[in-house]
Amino acid sequence: MKKSEVPQDKSNLESANFRELCYAVDENGEYTTAHTTGWDPKTIALDNAIDEINQRVEEAKNRVLSNQTSPIEYYMELHKMDLQILASYVGLWQWRVKRHFKPKVFQKLSHKTLQKYADIFDITIEQLKNIEHAN
Amino acid sequence: MQINFTHHQSAHCENGVVSNLMKHHGFNVSEPMVFGIGSGLLFCYIPFLKVNHAPAITYRAMPGFIFKRFAKRVGIKIEREKFKDPKKAKAVLDNNLNNNNPVGLQVGVYNLTYFPDEYRFHFNAHNLVVYGKEDNTYLISDPVMETVTTLTDKELEKVRFAKGALPPKGHIYYPTNFPKELNLEKAILKGIKHTCRDMLAPMPVLGVKGIRFTAKQIRKWPKKLGTKKANHFLGQIVRMQEEIGTGGGGFRYIFAAFLQESSKILNNPKLADLSKEMTLIGDLWRDFAVDASRIYKNRGAKADGYNEVASQLEALADKEEVFFKALKKAI
Repeated sequence: MKKSEVPQDKSNLESANFRELCYAVDENGEYTTAHTTGWDPKTIALDNAIDEINQRVEEAKNRVLSNQTSPIEYYMELHKMDLQILASYVGLWQWRVKRHFKPKVFQKLSHKTLQKYADIFDITIEQLKNIEHAN
Repeated sequence: MQINFTHHQSAHCENGVVSNLMKHHGFNVSEPMVFGIGSGLLFCYIPFLKVNHAPAITYRAMPGFIFKRFAKRVGIKIEREKFKDPKKAKAVLDNNLNNNNPVGLQVGVYNLTYFPDEYRFHFNAHNLVVYGKEDNTYLISDPVMETVTTLTDKELEKVRFAKGALPPKGHIYYPTNFPKELNLEKAILKGIKHTCRDMLAPMPVLGVKGIRFTAKQIRKWPKKLGTKKANHFLGQIVRMQEEIGTGGGGFRYIFAAFLQESSKILNNPKLADLSKEMTLIGDLWRDFAVDASRIYKNRGAKADGYNEVASQLEALADKEEVFFKALKKAI
């Protein structure tokens, strides 16, 4: 890539006033670094990934509201986590966390366990129990 | 208290931390040099590991390997420590800062407050330098950022003890022993040889073979997974190739810069020619990203598109195979 061809497309980086460094060749064929504000192909890839996450969050929310899963799954998706990551944060086996997704099991969780989840998601137990309270 | 530390922005965090720490200790080593000597270039398709619900594909060596190899090859010693107890981790960090020693830390990205929201994923192998502390705020030099930044002690503890795959566990590291003069020549040769070996490895998912394997998978995706998932997977490849830290073209440009610098140090004009060749290969990787993005942009893509980008990857595999065989002979 030539230095003059380093893309300066609009991206999500711009909002944070953040430019990325990349390597390119100058007019004499020497390697140098140049700043880039973004590049469309990867902005689209990132946007698609974010859409995908938002969709997962929305689906999880609907399942919570129709009592098919517990709010834990909703908050897991909201924090871009998967079962493995969440399990390692609470320090439980994955199957136990998965069990906590069952609304019936969730109802019976101890205060201590609920607090653990609430701390991970940085919310109160009230918000954990009722996703309508979270914004 | 603040250590007199100069922040240089780099493309990739691990090379950047090493390069910045080396410069702090009076050794002017560039980012591409660290990357090349540490044999950072790679291609690997990790079929059984999923990242963000898509197969993991990497264009670089495992986190930590670059520094480890670099240190061994140029003959510096690194002190490393991991912790169970966050308090102890903090005490060791503060102690080092008090001794005027800037240190590297491995951290998780998800809670890095200064990153744009869209970039905050559960990725635990990010690196940064802490070079001072004022009250309860740590002074941070994150090599991918343009300027220095800060984190409160609570925020820093959170990112140092992030959980998930490859948890940092408060990992702290800094170089301790330096040779009188860095013997770059030998280290460069070792780095190049190792990279050639990795890229030409007789393993189905590694190096050139891994690129071909990926191409084969891409052809199957639209039928096997449906358009939506196939697009998501393809997007993931492009993100791994171009997202912050690769310097463009899946690290190929950084590697080309390394070859150019090496050709001067070793006085080997062949490496300069190969550097030009690698730049062209990097451009082809960028073309692949452009064409792949066209597919996932128009969500109702046809299977043709997948076959086309797969063919592009196969062509890249052929080019890289020729390239690394030539590189092996050139040194």
